[in-house]
Parts: sequence; C-alpha cells; structure tokens
Amino acid sequence: MSDVIISIKNVVKTFGKVVAVSNANLDVVKGEFFSLLGPSGCGKTTLLRMLAGFELPTEGSIEIDGQDVTLVPPNHRPVNMVFQNYAIFPHLNVASNIAFGMRKSGLSKQELAQRIDQMLELIKLPGYGERGASELSGGQRQRVALARALIKQPKVLLLDEPLGALDKKLREQMQIELRLLQQHVGITFVFVTHDQEEALTLSDRIAVMDQGDIIEVSTPTLLYEQPKSQFVADFIGTMNFFDCTLTDYSDDVASGQCAELGEIRVKGQQPVVQPGETFALAIRPEKFSISFADPASSVNTVEGRMGPSAYLGDRSHFYIHIKGRDNPISVALQNLSGVLDQKYSTDKTVWLSWSDDAAVMIRAEK
Amino acid sequence: MNSTAAEHSLVARFRLKFRRSETLRGYALLSPTLTVVLLGLLFPLAILLTLSFWKQEYVDLIQTFTLTNYADFFEKKIYYLILYRSIRISLFVMLATVLLAYPLAYFIAFHVKKNKIMWIILITIPFWTSYLLRVFAWKVILGYNGVINSGLMSLGIIAEPLQFILYNPIAVVITLAHAWAAVAILPIYVSLEKIDRSLIEASRDLGESAVMTFIRVTLPLSLPGVIAASLLVFIPTVGDYVTPALVGGTRGIMIGNIIQSMFGKALNWPLGAALSIISMLTVTAVVCMLLGATHLFRKKVA
Repeated sequence: MSDVIISIKNVVKTFGKVVAVSNANLDVVKGEFFSLLGPSGCGKTTLLRMLAGFELPTEGSIEIDGQDVTLVPPNHRPVNMVFQNYAIFPHLNVASNIAFGMRKSGLSKQELAQRIDQMLELIKLPGYGERGASELSGGQRQRVALARALIKQPKVLLLDEPLGALDKKLREQMQIELRLLQQHVGITFVFVTHDQEEALTLSDRIAVMDQGDIIEVSTPTLLYEQPKSQFVADFIGTMNFFDCTLTDYSDDVASGQCAELGEIRVKGQQPVVQPGETFALAIRPEKFSISFADPASSVNTVEGRMGPSAYLGDRSHFYIHIKGRDNPISVALQNLSGVLDQKYSTDKTVWLSWSDDAAVMIRAEK
Repeated sequence: MNSTAAEHSLVARFRLKFRRSETLRGYALLSPTLTVVLLGLLFPLAILLTLSFWKQEYVDLIQTFTLTNYADFFEKKIYYLILYRSIRISLFVMLATVLLAYPLAYFIAFHVKKNKIMWIILITIPFWTSYLLRVFAWKVILGYNGVINSGLMSLGIIAEPLQFILYNPIAVVITLAHAWAAVAILPIYVSLEKIDRSLIEASRDLGESAVMTFIRVTLPLSLPGVIAASLLVFIPTVGDYVTPALVGGTRGIMIGNIIQSMFGKALNWPLGAALSIISMLTVTAVVCMLLGATHLFRKKVA
C-alpha cells in the first residue's frame, strides 16, 4: 500500500525487566487522525516516543514514509512532536519559539518572518510574536507548540496528550480546533490520550492499548458499537456484561440463554462462539429503555428494581438491581422533557428492554 | 489609665497591621541578617573609607582629609600593575574553574540517575580539610622536589627539575581553580538540574543536533548558574593572599598581598585602605562588564 505513512513492525521495547511495548504491529495511513488510547502505563507514550526517536525499539522496525527510521536520531526524522507540557523554550519569545526549528530552512529573514506571521494567524494568536513564553496561558502555549511543530511541515505530527493540562471547556474547544486544523493542513496526526471521549471525538482510527499490547485497531464507531474484546468494551464508555450461552444461530439471528436476563436474541452479528458455548453479552447503558408495565414478550427484557440515580444535566444515570446479579445494571436516559418527575423513584419495579441489534456478543475473558 | 488604654490600642493596631502586611513581615524575617550585615559590613566599610582619606607619616596617623593615597595609586605604577595582574589571574581562575566545573555538573545533573546527593558530598570532600593545607598540598605537587618533578625525573623524561611550574601566576591559577571548584559546581548543577528535559527533546525533535541543542537550549538556560559560579569564584579570588603568598613567588604577587603588607610590615593603613577601596570598585566594574557581556550573549542566542 502506498498510502501507508507509518509502519510499525514487531516492535518490542523493554526497560530492564519491564516490558513497555510487546510486539506492536501497526500501520497508519497518510492524512488520518490516528489515536493511541489506553490507561496510563499501557505503553502508548513509549510507542509515540519511539516514533519520535527518543526511545529506540529493543526489537522490530519502524518505517516512516517508506524509509526505515528505526535507528535514526530524532533530528533526522520527518516527524515533529507536541509535548505533554508543551516544552515552550522559556528563554525565547513566541516568534523565536516558532522559528526554532527553521535555522536550516534556507529562508531569508523576511520570508521566515512572513511564515511565522502565517503560523500565528493559523493558531489564532496574531501579534503575539514578541510575547515572552511566561506570559502565555495554557491554551496559548499549546497553540505555540503546535505552530512550532507545524511550521516544519512534518510528514507526521505526534501529539502526546496535548490537551491533558487544559480545563474541560477549553479542552473541548481545542478538540474541535485541532480537528479542523488537521483537516486544513492535511498532515497525519498521531495522538496519544488516555481520555476515551477525546479519542472518539477526534480520531479517524484508534488503537486501544493495554499493558504493552495493542488490543484493537478500529474506527471510533466500531470500537464503541462493536468492540471485539471485553477490555475495549469496558475501557471505552460504560458497558454492562452478562454471561450467556449460545443456543442457536440461524437466519442472521443468534439466540441465547443468560442466567440473569433469561432468553435473549441478537440480530445481524456473527456469533463469536459455537452453539452450546458461553459468551459475554454487552449492552451500553443508553441502549436500554425503561417501562413500568410488564411487556408482552419475555425475550430481551428483564425485571428489575430502581436503585440510586444520578442527574447529569443532559442525561440521567440509573442503577437497576436485577435478581441474581450483584452489581446493578447501568442505564442512561436522555432528559428529553424539562419536567423533573418522580416516576423513577427508588425501589419501584421496572422492566428493562433492548432491541435485538443493541447488544454485542463478545468472547468471554477470564 | 487612659494612656495605657491608648497604648494598648496602639499595640493592637500595630499587630493588626503586621499581620496584614506581607512587606512588614518580610522585613521582620530579614532583620537578624540585616543587623549583622549592617554592623559587620557597613561599619567596617565606613572605617575603611575614612581611613583611606587620612595619611600615615611614620608612626603617626594624620587625621585630616587628603587624597594622597589615591594619588599614590595612580602615580606609582606598581600598585596599578599588581591590581591589573590580580584581576587577570582571577579571570583566568574563574574561566578555568567554570570550564572544569561545567562538565562535572552536567554529568551529575544529566547522567547520574541514583545517589546524586552522594556525588555532591564527594565533591565537597576537599573542603573538609583546611584551605591552607590544600594550598600546601599543591606546593608539594608543584614544588622543585615535588611530585611532578620527581615523577618526570624518575621516568627519565627530564634531567633536572622544571623551574617554571611553581612560584608563578600559573601555579596560583591552578591552586585557586582547584580550591574553588566545588563552589562553582553547585550553582551550575542546580541550574542544569532545573532544566526541563522535554525542552532538550523538543530541540532535538525540531531538527537540532546534540551540540546545537546544548548551545541553543542547555547553555542559555544554565547561564544563571554559570554567572553565579563565575561571580562566586572571581570576587573572592581577586583579594586572595594566602595562595599567591605560598605558590605565587614574586611574579605571582596579587593585590591582597600588597594590602596585607600595608596593614602589617609596611605600616601604612591609609594606603592599604585606599587600595582596598580601589580594588573593590574595580571588581564591581569588572562584574558589571561580565553581566553586560552575558546579557549580550543571551540576546544573540535568542
């Protein structure tokens, strides 16, 4: 494939006895916004630092734009990085920070000044060139770090949790700006984050990592709607799992028996196990509907008792206890009406139901 | 009765003001140091200044205002030359000390992962013996029958002892540079330690080599430590008289030796005082020039 820009092959990185990355294989396509997502300590930052050249792989190889860069020092790689703490040079002003990497660019003073002005325009900080590094707010520092990397027109821009230090509102705003900027400049972005919501918002594709392994690489929609493993299902968003046994699969419909839910039916999915074997049924909180009367069908429904609830403004979270299950089922409902009613009061008997394309069959772990 | 009540409210008001004012509390915190500095520095300085405008005639101290001592300094070339030599030696000491201290400080800050404190303690070990002993040790090393000469002779490299290694300005520079090394290492180490490692990575990432990264990022950011180290070495060594007296010989005499003899054998306190004032002003001028030069360097790198 000619549109692969980064190709990571069998990369292993160990620090002493600790395995930070174990046998990573990954292709990143030209122009995409690619995220490495995982809990802290999963190896995502180590993998990014190997792309930048700050760490050398113990085994395996890394190709960037068709060139083997496994052992190439950072200053000779066609990539640039936005650091977690932005790493703005404190002894230089904004313009000098942005111009730092342009010493060997061969541009004249005027041309360079012009380019810096363009970059300041791009990051929406026009006229900030003379400001000192210490006079910038967190969001502004982040933009300067972006400009400093982008002015070099790298083949790939690496971003190490660049939004982690910003407050929620600013972070959401920067997410949108970052996405627009990426589409505008057309550079491949490799973005490291532990924030699954951020990864879903920004990415074309996401690699989910855990304990040095790449668990799954997919689009945000597929990762959320049809995760292939319990880890991914659990890590991204909230997920309710139920132990079930497959009884039958015919005409695109899988039937199963679950200890806690009774009979279930899933449509449009290839079962991950053979009939007679057990699997995990995963249902997102927002896929449930709550009713106060016993529905006619006994398939894909379960009776429960209202537990505690949490009001979150745009939606509410309910915890519903069902027979034979220790931890309550998490259910999310959108607050469609502005009326605060008491119908969801604690201890009320309710029936949960879900459609036959809402649940996901996952190979059971443990 | 009334007056005590008034006093009471005055105390209370002062207390309130004291608690509210950060400046006032700051001065209170400073006051012990400030007292010592005022009594121990300004007072002797005032005496020195007064003394420098008096005149010595044999054993008598003439207590009338005169500029003779200062005129002496500018008329007799010897004082001027020795002061110039002292400044030059101290600048060399400063340069040698900082150049030797920087790599060591850099090593501890960037390459020692564990037990940094142990390294710092090891550096201060020479300071556990007296200054005089350390100077004598150098005399033993550099002397006519010293370690270097006898070593070279037993190896057959030289036939008779080298004469130029002791009793000259170079011996003074070597001895002083060794004596002041630890004082230079510590501030440089602190300034290097404070540098965010991601800044160095950022420079490499933006295309600079290790050497250029040092010049454009590490060195400018450690400049405060280098300046502190330079001043900490330069200022006291200008006035040093023990080292030149022991290893300097006649060619290594510094202004400190002259001042010492004025207050001692030569018995001319006013002239000694005037020389002290002049060398103090000269040191101040040189320090200002050094600070100006670093300011220019900083601008140029930026």
